[in-house]
Amino acid sequence: MSEPATEPSAPTDRPDGAEEVDPLTFLPADEPVHLVDADGTYHEDPDHPLDLTDEQLRELYRLMVVTRKVDREAINLQRQGQLGVYASCMGQEAAQVGSAYALGTDDWIFPSYRELGAALVRDVDAAGLLHLYRGTWLSDHDPYKHNFALMAIPIGTQALHATGFAMGARFDGKPIVAMTYFGDGGTSEGDPHEAMTFAGVMKSPVIFFVQNNQYAISVPLAKQTAAPTLAHKAIGYGLPGRRCDGNDVLATYAVTKRAVERARAGHGPTFIEAMTYRMEAHTTSDDPSRYRTKEELDAAALTDPLARMRNYLTKRDLYDAELEAAIDEQAKATATYVRAGIYDAPHGDPMELFDHVYTDPRGHFEDQVEQLRAELEGAGDAEGQG
Amino acid sequence: MAVTMAQAINQALKDAMSADDRVLMFGEDVGRLGGVFRVTDGLQEMFGEERCFDTPLAESGIIGTAIGLAMYGYRPIAEMQFDGFTYPAFEQIVSHLAKMPNRSRGTVKLPVTVRIPFGGGIGAVEHHSESPEAYWAHTAGLKVFTPGTPEDGYSMMRESIESDDPVIFLEPKRRYWMKSDQQLPVTTQPAREAVVRREGTDVSVFCYGPMVRTALEAADAAADEGWSLEIVDLRSLAPLDTASIVASVKRTGRAIVVHEAARNLGLGAEIAARIQEGAFYHLEAPVLRATGFDTPYPPAKLEEYWLPDVDRILDAVERSLAY
Ligand SMILES: Cc1ncc(C[n+]2csc(CCOP(=O)(O)OP(=O)(O)O)c2C)c(N)n1
Repeated sequence: MSEPATEPSAPTDRPDGAEEVDPLTFLPADEPVHLVDADGTYHEDPDHPLDLTDEQLRELYRLMVVTRKVDREAINLQRQGQLGVYASCMGQEAAQVGSAYALGTDDWIFPSYRELGAALVRDVDAAGLLHLYRGTWLSDHDPYKHNFALMAIPIGTQALHATGFAMGARFDGKPIVAMTYFGDGGTSEGDPHEAMTFAGVMKSPVIFFVQNNQYAISVPLAKQTAAPTLAHKAIGYGLPGRRCDGNDVLATYAVTKRAVERARAGHGPTFIEAMTYRMEAHTTSDDPSRYRTKEELDAAALTDPLARMRNYLTKRDLYDAELEAAIDEQAKATATYVRAGIYDAPHGDPMELFDHVYTDPRGHFEDQVEQLRAELEGAGDAEGQG
Repeated sequence: MAVTMAQAINQALKDAMSADDRVLMFGEDVGRLGGVFRVTDGLQEMFGEERCFDTPLAESGIIGTAIGLAMYGYRPIAEMQFDGFTYPAFEQIVSHLAKMPNRSRGTVKLPVTVRIPFGGGIGAVEHHSESPEAYWAHTAGLKVFTPGTPEDGYSMMRESIESDDPVIFLEPKRRYWMKSDQQLPVTTQPAREAVVRREGTDVSVFCYGPMVRTALEAADAAADEGWSLEIVDLRSLAPLDTASIVASVKRTGRAIVVHEAARNLGLGAEIAARIQEGAFYHLEAPVLRATGFDTPYPPAKLEEYWLPDVDRILDAVERSLAY
């Protein structure tokens, strides 16, 4: 079965007001959308035309390289004791960068903890984000500045925030789309399912972007679901379920772009499953040798998203030594900036613990504020004496 | 003309929605039906389906989308149909609604009001009579309000909706039909201030929500015995008005906390601790509690044995006075 040329959105004459569409069009195609082979060969797909300029194609690659570099820097910082823990997105750069790149600047992203690549597309200060992992503060970025919500750690919960936000955009009559990321493990949690139920019924302009990186910590996909694919779940909520090669940045871009257009046109949500692979450990605290083999990892490395895009650009004569040098320099500069922001970064004033709990804190903890102040002064005095 | 607690809250919702078109009301059966207790009656007709709407039957979804709507700029009021059905939303309330403003260092505000009909005494089937207030009061980032009178039902609901902090608004369901002659709108004291409903000299009785009326009845009965009870309606369970609590105990020297919720780690434990810290030398007796038992909420035919009532309060008064 192949996907229809345009996403279904027929007007209704059903008594309950629901859309009359052939439900089978909600099923994913047999094969994930794939536009570029590992060697860079491009396959035209009339359902997923490319509307990117040469400059944008180069930018997609640049964003992936910067992501990988900053990601590596974060792992190094953790090894040096500068971060408590870090969840790498290595291997998932195409899934994140391509999808985030398909959004407009007014659109919102509701990420999980692994979305460094999506954050960099939105120009979020990566050092600010990494404070979550350093433990200096729970986050240090203003979601409203880049339309990038706080990274959610409780699995799948952010899907509901995105859906509510998208409901709001629709009530408000604004053409804003919300996209949320979660993992294959996340599709087993309740919240994404409630989110898809709400989004389907309310026709919310929201995109559920699942990075199927094959593992939830150590648990492989086969133990997560008996569904033929994750995208098959979508039909149960009246959403189109789409699949793409998650290591093909042009495919993740094109499939998301189509979902964005559908949402913006008022036709509601889409579920996208991007097939990818988590090249690193789940987090720096994890030991993947306990559950996956070197052979498996070696095989996955052959599908590397950066090499693929570089091969594509080279074939198109869009890549040369000069570009390579410029991109490397930028990646290094961003990594250096992040290192400078994180390395030995002091924690904030402990008194700030009380500052943001309530907008009106009266009556909640005045005595505790005084207690901590006294404890800090006591500690200061003791230091002074010593 | 008399107004019931349910009508007073309904009027507060209407007035708030008229005053600010960012206020939304949603939940299970709140639209066409007007809510199982009719608290949202007429809202959908007045404000349309985009401002008062029925959601799919999913409590985590209701709170999670309320958070997203609040991030967008709305002021959502979410109804949990019954106390016992708030638990599916526990994670969204505790991990996100309560924490997100703090996690974001104040850049995200979540002016969400969660309405929950709570408590027993109406002969309901199981899961429809719970008192989960301690969970919410224990959670930093939430305010927890519960009205004991129709006036407070109106005024505290308006205050909740206007609050930029998330509020868990516990509606004492057995008092939905309690009447007052008060004209609406009415503005009572800020919720964070406890109110002395009846002055007394022998024992302070701290109560809230459904137990305010019960405690007042106990005060009448106590008067026949020659005991003078001071009835303090706490109104807000988070924050607690420690100063008013302590001041009352300093006047009477004795304290009893009354709540429907089970005793173990209920609000009574916290209030007793605060009284001992704030009025230790004024205490003539230990702080006692008249509460539900540490068992699951009982079947309807047994709830009269489980719930605190006038007798259980008077028994506590007698024990306190015996010291
Ligand atoms: C509700 C919840 N349960 C458990 C965890 C612990 N945990 C953190 S990440 C993770 C696996 C998530 O896997 P997946 O959704 O596939 O995303 P990935 O980490 O692969 O990006 C688990 C179990 C959690 N954070 N939240």
